[in-house]
Amino acid sequence: MAQSDTVDETRRDFLFVATGAMGVVGIGAIAWPLIDQMNPDASVLSLSSIEVDFEAVEVGQAITVMWRGKPIFIRHRTAEEIRVAEETPLDILPDPETDMARIERSQWLIVIGICTHLGCIPKGQSIGDERGEYGGWFCPCHGSHYDTAGRIRKGPAPKNLYLPPYAFLTDTSIKIG
Amino acid sequence: MSGQSTYTPGSGFARWFDERLPIMRLMHDSFVDFPNPRNLNYWWTFGGILSFLLVTQIITGIILAMHYTPHVDFAFGSVERIMRNVNYGWLIRYSHSVGASMFFLAVYIHMGRGLYYGSYKAPREILWILGVIIYLLMMATAFMGYVLPWGQMSFWGATVITNLFSAIPLIGTGVTEWLWGGFAIDNPTLNRFFSLHYLLPFMIVGVVILHIWALHVPGSNNPTGVSVKDKEDTLPFHPYYTVKDGFAVVVFMILFAYFIFFNPNILGDAVNYVPADPLSTPPHIVPEWYLLPFYAILRAIPDKLGGVVAMFGSIAVLAMLPWLDRSKVRSAVFRPIYKQFFWIFIIVFLILGYLGSQPPEGWYLLISRIATAWYFAHFFLILPLIGLLETPRPLPESITKSVLGSAAGGAPSGSAASPETKG
Ligand code: HEM
Ligand code: FES
Repeated sequence: MAQSDTVDETRRDFLFVATGAMGVVGIGAIAWPLIDQMNPDASVLSLSSIEVDFEAVEVGQAITVMWRGKPIFIRHRTAEEIRVAEETPLDILPDPETDMARIERSQWLIVIGICTHLGCIPKGQSIGDERGEYGGWFCPCHGSHYDTAGRIRKGPAPKNLYLPPYAFLTDTSIKIG
Repeated sequence: MSGQSTYTPGSGFARWFDERLPIMRLMHDSFVDFPNPRNLNYWWTFGGILSFLLVTQIITGIILAMHYTPHVDFAFGSVERIMRNVNYGWLIRYSHSVGASMFFLAVYIHMGRGLYYGSYKAPREILWILGVIIYLLMMATAFMGYVLPWGQMSFWGATVITNLFSAIPLIGTGVTEWLWGGFAIDNPTLNRFFSLHYLLPFMIVGVVILHIWALHVPGSNNPTGVSVKDKEDTLPFHPYYTVKDGFAVVVFMILFAYFIFFNPNILGDAVNYVPADPLSTPPHIVPEWYLLPFYAILRAIPDKLGGVVAMFGSIAVLAMLPWLDRSKVRSAVFRPIYKQFFWIFIIVFLILGYLGSQPPEGWYLLISRIATAWYFAHFFLILPLIGLLETPRPLPESITKSVLGSAAGGAPSGSAASPETKG
């Protein structure tokens, strides 16, 4: 009698744990589609690459194109802007990165135009825009200043403007994404 | 206070029904014969006002949803159509948008009442925490509702708020893109916000039911903070408090009506009448007035993650309040030092609200840092210390004594047995 009791108990424990484990796996398997449905869907992902030709953009000018719902800033930098960006010592940068590491060809700076703080679009693309203390871009939302390499210099943003993946197709056109 | 039921079914049918589903009994015991402290003042009517406002928001919201189109190309236009073409659309929409502001006005007063009279203390901790949960749900609901008209402030407010989640280390970007359903705020975001904006108010209803349930276990606190000792300390909910609450609701409706009919847009931002443009951020992004103090806290901290943690922490700390305040005495009426710090706290909160609407530079930034520090010090330093150091004033023996003075001492049963006769 006593013996069969213990046997029963261990079998029950096993069944209990096995059922519970299956239950957890089952709930996870059901929960995942319910969660994943909110992620970007295939049609959003398929918009992921564009080609841009910026032959008409003069020195000192900039254009904005949309890629994946985000503005991409393409800036034709002046010689002075390039020089300042290259000569900035790394140890004064909140997010140290050389100018070289942020460009393919030094006259063309191509960055994602979204402030790395809380996602506003910094000013500085149009002539007459406020460009902040470092001549790049200025985010009016909470006051972040970016330099002529799109690096954060002052304000609450933690990171430099992100770089989109791109490759030059010709001297004045690129493929983003 | 959940004593014996006093419900007596009035008819044969009522008895038959009561034996099968005692819902009339529940209503009777909760809202007719429920014993409430006899000394509640008008600060206690805001629960009733809030219930009224919740129902208003749900009714006007369901009607708006009949005419609204949750699509980036049509949302703004559909709201304008509600305003111009739909019969009484302007009334419904203004009631809903002003109603949201009134809802927050009432909830701030309701919470302030709780802070002043120590309503969060034992045995009402769960009641208080349920209130904090309602407040959080309200903020989420109002935030998503504000996105629906798809104006400039809708779009950029949503951008800034959803980007808060990108501050989470490692998974931040993934979480934000999951919230958006894309790589920026777009149609999928608007769709899901509409769905959730419709859902959350009904979740609020659910938590409100729990809130009232938790209230009806110990019963209401009262201006003295002294617990109810016997029946003579109380009055039946009906007619005493149904009438008092009803009167307060009507007075509150006058204020509500003033805004709807004379100043419907004063509480909102004019920039939201410009259609959303993902390529241009308005120069000055501010949330609706009721979120400003927390926005000020967010911006006071010069670090992204730190700011986000402080902002959420400033709300989370409310849930810990019952354990941070060490004083056994509930009501600030008998706590001379706490009373002063209570008012300082209210002023600091209002200052934060003002600073939230100003650009974060120079003096504004400095003061918002001081105010933020004070906000947290109030909970983590001042409250625990006052609890230890303060000598409370003597408490009245009972609620009845505090109302009737020594007269009650002489003939307690006589005066309380028929409170109706007391003017
Ligand atoms: C807790 C209750 C609620 C709160 C605090 C709330 C808050 C808000 C706010 C602040 C807005 C933006 C107003 C504007 O500027 O136009 C809004 C819009 C809207 N809400 Fe609600 N709401 C609530 C309940 C509901 C419910 C229950 C529904 C639907 C069943 C609903 C449907 C809508 C719709 C369709 C809009 C867009 C139209 C418009 O912008 O006026 N709301 N809500
Ligand atoms: S979003 Fe640019 S500074 Fe905050």
